[in-house]
Amino acid sequence: MSAEPAVTQALAADHGLTAEEYQRILDLIGRTPSWTELGIFSAMWNEHCSYKSSKKWLRTLPTEGPQVICGPGENAGVVDIGDGDAVIFKMESHNHPSYIEPHQGAATGVGGILRDVFTMGARPMAAMNALSFGRPEHPKTKRLVAGVVEGIGSYGNCFGVPNVGGEVRFHAGYDGNCLVNAFAAGIAKADAIFYSAASGVGMPVVYLGAKTGRDGVGGATMASAEFGEGAEEKRPTVQVGDPFTEKRLLEACLELMASGAVISIQDMGAAGLTCSAVEMGDKGGLGIELDLDAVPQRETHMTAYEMMLSESQERMLMVLKPSMEAEARAIFDKWDLDFAIVGKTIAEDRFLVKLAGEVKADLPLAALSGTAPEYDRPWEPTPASPKVADMPACADPAADLLALLGRPNFCSRAWVWEQYDHTVGADTARGPGSDAAVVRVHGTKKALAFSSDVTPRYCFADPVEGGKQAVAECFRNLSATGARPLATTDNMNFGNPEKPRIMGQFVGCIQGIGEACKALDMPIVSGNVSLYNETDGQAIQPTPTIAAVGLLEDLSQAIPMAGRRGDVLILLGETSGWLDRSAWLYELHGREEGPPPPVDLAAERAAGELVRALKAAGLLSAAHDLSDGGLAVAAAEMALASGCGATIAGAPKGMAPGAWFFGEDQARYLLACPAQSAMAALDAAAKAGVPARQIGTLEGDAVILGGRPAPLAALREAHSGGFARMMGA
Amino acid sequence: MRAAVIVFPGSNCDRDMQVALQAVASAPVEMVWHKETALPRGLDLVALPGGFSFGDHLRCGAIAGKSPIMRAVSDFAHAGGHVLGVCNGFQILTETGLLPGALLRNGNLKFLCKPVALSVKTSASPFTSAWNAGDVATIPIAHHDGAYVADPDTLAELEGEDRVAFTYAQGAPNGAVHDIAGVLSANRRVLGMMPHPERAVDPAHGGTDGAPLFRSLADALVSA
Repeated sequence: MSAEPAVTQALAADHGLTAEEYQRILDLIGRTPSWTELGIFSAMWNEHCSYKSSKKWLRTLPTEGPQVICGPGENAGVVDIGDGDAVIFKMESHNHPSYIEPHQGAATGVGGILRDVFTMGARPMAAMNALSFGRPEHPKTKRLVAGVVEGIGSYGNCFGVPNVGGEVRFHAGYDGNCLVNAFAAGIAKADAIFYSAASGVGMPVVYLGAKTGRDGVGGATMASAEFGEGAEEKRPTVQVGDPFTEKRLLEACLELMASGAVISIQDMGAAGLTCSAVEMGDKGGLGIELDLDAVPQRETHMTAYEMMLSESQERMLMVLKPSMEAEARAIFDKWDLDFAIVGKTIAEDRFLVKLAGEVKADLPLAALSGTAPEYDRPWEPTPASPKVADMPACADPAADLLALLGRPNFCSRAWVWEQYDHTVGADTARGPGSDAAVVRVHGTKKALAFSSDVTPRYCFADPVEGGKQAVAECFRNLSATGARPLATTDNMNFGNPEKPRIMGQFVGCIQGIGEACKALDMPIVSGNVSLYNETDGQAIQPTPTIAAVGLLEDLSQAIPMAGRRGDVLILLGETSGWLDRSAWLYELHGREEGPPPPVDLAAERAAGELVRALKAAGLLSAAHDLSDGGLAVAAAEMALASGCGATIAGAPKGMAPGAWFFGEDQARYLLACPAQSAMAALDAAAKAGVPARQIGTLEGDAVILGGRPAPLAALREAHSGGFARMMGA
Repeated sequence: MRAAVIVFPGSNCDRDMQVALQAVASAPVEMVWHKETALPRGLDLVALPGGFSFGDHLRCGAIAGKSPIMRAVSDFAHAGGHVLGVCNGFQILTETGLLPGALLRNGNLKFLCKPVALSVKTSASPFTSAWNAGDVATIPIAHHDGAYVADPDTLAELEGEDRVAFTYAQGAPNGAVHDIAGVLSANRRVLGMMPHPERAVDPAHGGTDGAPLFRSLADALVSA
């Protein structure tokens, strides 16, 4: 065995620890740390695990509500959905690994988020993925898209969770850093949720699942740094996933939990054994003693340093009720998974790690997370963008619509989601490609709706409004399916927080998200922060991905996106014709200018509640939210879903056609009502104080915008073939 | 009818199959772990569900085909028992030799999940009697290795004996030879198919075109 390297400030710097942070360690323990201890500190104190730059701001988010059973701080958030059931969900990024090794990076991102959900006792019922890539013509983009999609599919399909939605976007801002944000939700009984806090002294600490190898050593530290030249050399820090083991781990863990043997349980995610052991001890106010000789190992001669920092996948740590050891072991034998007692809880505040009889680490446990550095980083607000003074004219809205629908940011994502099993479980009522996915709660008539949204170009121009808009759009997508929005998870993707301009984007987005979550009653119950998404000093667009869950008390309340021929079309919400920072301006004129549309949260809430009320009153055939691309794109998407053309009236007096058809004013929906219900729907809107006007009809075989026709067949061709054309396959 | 669903490590459509058999065929269903060496007594149907048994390691279905329970399933089939294999279940049936042919990687090398139109080729089987030959049923597929292949003699035999149960009505999305989506054994009591009928039995699924398969079974096995 090779000698351990001498611990110096330079070695600490290689571990991503600053000189001040290293000094802090020396002060805390009163001696030079061992190599293993240095590794443990670097794992606990890196940005990814400690949230040291973001904590101060995350605390400002609304996290409570009568529906919230458990907010942020556990593996995932827990929300009451009635009848003793709870939904458990979270979104988490796997950006850095996916850029380095797209297939395994994305696959293990899915694996990690699924573990976060089932470690709390839930059976996963739905997954989504929000993906951001560089320009389609960038030499790396296609390889990344193909690899990430294949990786997500390979993991989720084998595991057996329906992958029902998400987003895919392309922008030059992601040329050097792709984003892979994975969401998972599961169902458990509200009185059978499992938490990570250890309890009881002398209780066995049990290692479950797959064996430990050298893969992923230092992964969390890698994810806490910018990329420069040589990022490819970091490939060995990316973990390798095995969904077959994860599937067995799920079944074994759920059986184990049902047996009553589990005191507490925590998955091994970032910084594996280190983070999970410290978390369980810290939350329970206990110390932990680990004997690494007992850790199931895949490779020989592993050092304590490697075992403590390995990010090998599909592993869990559990505190076991000692009287149940035989039953617990039998369950893991049945599923052919490792089960090893690797330590015990101790009364002292101590994290004691031994290998071959030698003490490799002996640290104060509570201080490892409790004294992690926390920074109030300097930040500067994003300067306001001036209004566009020379807005281009739209000569032919139908031609613009056709061009827009074929663009990589607008075309159908079927190329992606046909590679994901979105019907396994036989509860998917509405899969990918609509406003929000709808999945039945197994064995009930209830269903949950899922959506994930953010408009980074808005966030870039105005982080506060952009943050609000991300939540508002999620609210709107859920409302358009008839679901009542319940709660939210946030995945904050930003550049280097040590730059005040980037930190300002983060602070602004948090402010906007907080305001919107409060006003729309969708508290944040879980989340994840990914910083340092930069390459050679170029940061990504600020991308606070918002994913939310809504409840349908009865699946029959779900509102389709497809209307019926002859239905009257109603535009709900105020239209001012806001083209600044619009998709139309960016996609068709190459200009990213102007302020984003302001978000009126009261109007947003009123419009969403009205949509649900109209459905309850039996007045709606279909609904679709308006977002990127405005009225024209919403009408085309509804027409394509309905298999029927749509005639839409021209711009009202005083408004330019471009502004009317492509403006992105918020809080708007396109509704389809049977002709005999239209008057009643308009009356109801007037009573609710929500602007509404009749603007057209589902009819014919073209989408006709103010007299200009775009044939449905041509729209379908542009829309359905766009992604394959881009991928060149 | 009494049914059993075999559960392999990595099976992930076992619950869906159980629900469909219970809901549509009103069958009591037992879940049987792959390490068992015997089937429950008095069974009329054994279902091999979809999923990724043993993680698709080696070859899809190859390791499951050697599971202890498969000897019992094979004996059951040879004694005239009814066996339904869907997706990974079909792969396992070809691996054990209970059905001829094999399932290769999809032609475009990608996993494919979407509803497909199936043409029902025969109503002369306990799995398809509720249809008329020529009916079209839309049922989802979800697989990476669904390209059915068999040598020319086997194909001629299958087609000559009316043992092709389903074909893809609009061309095979996965490269299957002769667009074959499902085949029957010589005694017509073993069916393997790539599409998932259990995912199309409830209006919530967006269609119930898979339900006739379970109704056919319920009719055929009612007296048994």
